[in-house]
Amino acid sequence: MAEPIVLAGADARDLTKLAEYEAVGGYRALAEARGMTPFDVTEELKASQLRGRGGAFFATGLKWSFVPKPEQLPKPHYLVVNADESEPGSFKDNEILARVPHRFIEGCLITAFAVESKAVYVYIRGEYTGPHDILVAALEELKGRSDILDGVTIVVHRGAGAYICGEETALLESLEGKRGQPRTKPPFPAVSGLYASPTVVNNVETIATVPPIIAMGGSEYAKLGVPNSAGTRVVSVSGNVVNGGNYEIENGLSLREIIYGLGGGIPGGRRLKAVIPGGSSTAILTGDEIDVGYDFDSLGRLGTAMGSAGIVAIDERVCMVQLGIRVSEFYEHESCGKCTPCREGTRWMTAILRQLEAGEATQGELDLLLDVCDRINGKCLCPLGETAAVAVASYVDKFRDEFQAHIDEGGCPFHDSPLEGVLAPVAQHAHHPTAEVLG
Amino acid sequence: VTDLYTEIQQIRKRYPEGTQSAILPALHAVQERYGWLSPEALREAAEALDVTPAYCRAVASFYDMLHLQPVGRHVLEVCTNVSCALNGAQQVLERFEAEVGCKAGETSDDGEFTLRTVECLGGCGWATIVAVDERYRTHVQPDDVPGIVQELRNG
Repeated sequence: MAEPIVLAGADARDLTKLAEYEAVGGYRALAEARGMTPFDVTEELKASQLRGRGGAFFATGLKWSFVPKPEQLPKPHYLVVNADESEPGSFKDNEILARVPHRFIEGCLITAFAVESKAVYVYIRGEYTGPHDILVAALEELKGRSDILDGVTIVVHRGAGAYICGEETALLESLEGKRGQPRTKPPFPAVSGLYASPTVVNNVETIATVPPIIAMGGSEYAKLGVPNSAGTRVVSVSGNVVNGGNYEIENGLSLREIIYGLGGGIPGGRRLKAVIPGGSSTAILTGDEIDVGYDFDSLGRLGTAMGSAGIVAIDERVCMVQLGIRVSEFYEHESCGKCTPCREGTRWMTAILRQLEAGEATQGELDLLLDVCDRINGKCLCPLGETAAVAVASYVDKFRDEFQAHIDEGGCPFHDSPLEGVLAPVAQHAHHPTAEVLG
Repeated sequence: VTDLYTEIQQIRKRYPEGTQSAILPALHAVQERYGWLSPEALREAAEALDVTPAYCRAVASFYDMLHLQPVGRHVLEVCTNVSCALNGAQQVLERFEAEVGCKAGETSDDGEFTLRTVECLGGCGWATIVAVDERYRTHVQPDDVPGIVQELRNG
């Protein structure tokens, strides 16, 4: 494993404490940045080639440079941090906030300086009560430290349970006290974001990577990793692995090394059947496709992506139709209802997959499933429905024989698997008004 | 103890004047006080926020953590998304059903527990995750369930 950058020092010391963080050079990068111009800080980020760690992988320095200067657009400028981590398989921001809150806060302050903002909002998912309390305690420690805060306010804002609020415009709606439904783009948040003002929205890990970049210099950071995927990444490993957890890797490490080295392999020596490489929104890989670098270009060549770095290992006992149901149900439940293809399409996907699983599907239904996926792709405001369609279509693509067997054998070939019935039905979710209306 | 109206005014000060950003944190505060967002509670929140109760309800109904029906004294939420499911979340859920005496999505007859399944809680590598009154328990196995339930009954 590479030298950690984001989580550096967190094993040896309790970096949730201000004194400990300052003892390892904490907040020095902030002082250094404030000695530069906002323009030069942004240039440093461009030189680092850091790309957003939330999933979209957009160049961070470039994003900052899109924000108009205050004299060009005389409105308050905002930094909003997306801590709404809700992608199934991803739990890295949870650990980053809980273990290096001060590095995260330092990143907020450097970024606020670069985009000339005096107000930072951290939108943290409501369920993350643990990391929330740690972050709030860390901010409490900074009270009276005007040398660090320099007039910048940081408000921690709790969400209340909605996956869609991880989408940046839905997040802004939610932060403005509305239902979290995505906006049309353009205008982009850089020009018209929070309260219709210039806003940068960055992910937690992206922000926590900013101080080390300033400390080591952008060009040094860019030497880490592989071309187009500079630096390190905190990857979340889960599913059928021996050692689930977060690991900070240098980009480009092979997926095999992540799963079998860091993750300790598959329990019971079972065969690895499939891997979800970047959270449930990404296209699946077969167990034979893991000799691939964990980076943007290498995964792109296999038709998938790093996404939010949630790596889920799936062993040979798992039925891919059942997996499809579980994933499709998730997106159906989380669809905000604004765009018809997503709202209706995800319901159809679940319904057809259930027919397949029950042995009630004919050949036509399998074609219809792919047709429904196709009718969602590229036809919605935000990526939620599209990622559901891409994911499920990839299960059919990579495991077509298994889907076919559900039709040919009139039911699930995995009925005697010990995992049979593993998928708790989402219909059990309490309090979902749509479900009540639709019965 | 600060009254709810004052608490909400303090929350509103965190955000620029004329914005409605205080709604979600205010609804969290109301729910913490009353356990759920009853029509009366929503009216109280709305008054403090200068919006209509209908608007509060429209916002609240979007979010899974905000309860528009009464809940038990303890809320048990079992993550059943992919990584937890692969590690036996269904068995954990069934054990909870047996121990508290109600199905997922229901409240036990004695009013002690509301049990429900939830989507990914963001602790996938530490499956199964169970949120007990909004606090995570990690690596929960079916055999841990009786102890958790007993602890809550005693508490």
